[in-house]
Amino acid sequence: MKVDVSFDAVMNRKNEIMKKALGMDYSIYESGGIAFDYEKMMRDIGFGISYIMKIQRETGVGNTPLLELKNLTELVRKISPKGKGARIFVKDEACNPSGSFKDRRASVSVYIAKKLGYKGVVAATSGNYGAAVASQAAMRNLDCIIVQECYDSRKIGQPEILEKQRKCECLGAEVVQLTVGPELFYTFLRILEETGYFNASLYSTFGIAGVETLGYEIAIQCREMIGHDPDVVVATHAGGGNLTGTARGLIKAGAVNTKVIGVSVDLTGLHMASDKAFNRKSFTTGHTGFGVPYTTDPDHSDVPRSAARALRYMEDYLLVKQGEVFYITEALSQLEGLERGPAGNTSLTAAFALAQQMDEDKIIVIQETEYTGAGKHPLAQLSFAKKNGVEVKFGNPDEEIPGTNIILPEHPSLIKVRHADMDKMRKSYIKNAINRAKVDCVNDKDIEFLALETRTNRKFVESVLDELGIKK
Amino acid sequence: MSDAKKGDWVQIHQIVLKPEERTGKLPEDTKKVPLELWVKGFLNHDANLYDEVEITTLTGRIVKGELVLINPRYEYGFGDEYVPELLKIGKQLRGILKGGDNK
Repeated sequence: MKVDVSFDAVMNRKNEIMKKALGMDYSIYESGGIAFDYEKMMRDIGFGISYIMKIQRETGVGNTPLLELKNLTELVRKISPKGKGARIFVKDEACNPSGSFKDRRASVSVYIAKKLGYKGVVAATSGNYGAAVASQAAMRNLDCIIVQECYDSRKIGQPEILEKQRKCECLGAEVVQLTVGPELFYTFLRILEETGYFNASLYSTFGIAGVETLGYEIAIQCREMIGHDPDVVVATHAGGGNLTGTARGLIKAGAVNTKVIGVSVDLTGLHMASDKAFNRKSFTTGHTGFGVPYTTDPDHSDVPRSAARALRYMEDYLLVKQGEVFYITEALSQLEGLERGPAGNTSLTAAFALAQQMDEDKIIVIQETEYTGAGKHPLAQLSFAKKNGVEVKFGNPDEEIPGTNIILPEHPSLIKVRHADMDKMRKSYIKNAINRAKVDCVNDKDIEFLALETRTNRKFVESVLDELGIKK
Repeated sequence: MSDAKKGDWVQIHQIVLKPEERTGKLPEDTKKVPLELWVKGFLNHDANLYDEVEITTLTGRIVKGELVLINPRYEYGFGDEYVPELLKIGKQLRGILKGGDNK
């Protein structure tokens, strides 16, 4: 019998396709309302963090160095009030096999795919995750398909994404490239259905459990190097998995007083599904175009329930400008001798500003770096921006308009801490959760769940529910 | 003689959804253009550029589409032009560290 592959038919088979492609049934965690059992879902992976470390060691993932950025710290102190200027450390995740922390996420998914007997893995990603899945699949002898949102309607692609295509292909993966648009999901489902491969989703429990080792290692390394836990860990924030996994790992290591802060590049005003805006941004991830929607509506991912739930763990959400990140990327090369990709440096940029407000004895850890090279170097990205009509100049980054200009700070002291409106995001989260569950009243369990999800309390949740006119 | 021979490594192009078939919340500019797809594989038969062809991808999938490139190369690099602005940053920061400008 011929299978109907029309858009509507495939989308209607979504749940069935996903169940086969994930090897797990998400419905058992549902309450029927808003709440679902997140912790049980995470526990059901069936093994603990030490076993995940073992899985990762098998393929050379993790155990990356924690480096103190002494010159950057000194630079911070030169431009800070006396006594201020926290010590900055970075977890050099570029040392993973495919060059980013994403190997941690891919390693567990690919291990599970192999164990469950799948012949291959599929992932929808334009970034480092594709390379990580391809690399892990190569090591474990599985086929790999990466589905990328890659081009605008002129077939022009960001150099960073094109580099990722090359890397995936060089690691043996098949890369399917698409133009801009959320219907990528349709192509993704069709490929899952056609191949019967495993969905190595960024948002599965396996993916997030794989990142927990990162937070865990940070706590242990800090204790070994400086005798205590870090005061602050900053994470570049897009889909939420990086921050969620790291925070959970810190908690598992007992570092319960360490604050976890998310950072995104501010791309406010650029529509992420716009054909024209697609090549007018210089960051393909770690930006507000992913960070905000995934914080306020984590379950709009490619699994029924995302294991990445950033709002649960995020104490603060800082925004940085494109020009600032390029500037700090250059600073990391020039002052620390570490040439690393811009995406991981998003959190370093915020840390640079944050350190100026913190005492000298405080410790900030930037939890990742990523590899760089042709395509994903500031030279490539800034040159591409100029070619696409974006002005690159020195000035005050506060005046940067995404898609119009990139303003490199005239002086490092112009790199500032800018807070996103967390309460607004929490309210938006609650509203989205209600819409997603299609309910007009909530029960006690839902309120408890929403308080946990938004890192608030019953009082806050109830006041938002009142505002929304939702009955209890 | 045809442009490409059976077994050549090629890239093909497909329209996945025509503009009128597109869905979801899309901005106006994206609604006007189709959803397009490119994939590479080994050509299953001799063909000329822009012919409708069939390929076998690396994972063994059979895919049909328009033949657009033969032995497609990677075209990106470090940019078409050097970005001289970057030079100023290192110079400035090293200057501050060495104790010149501290505010």
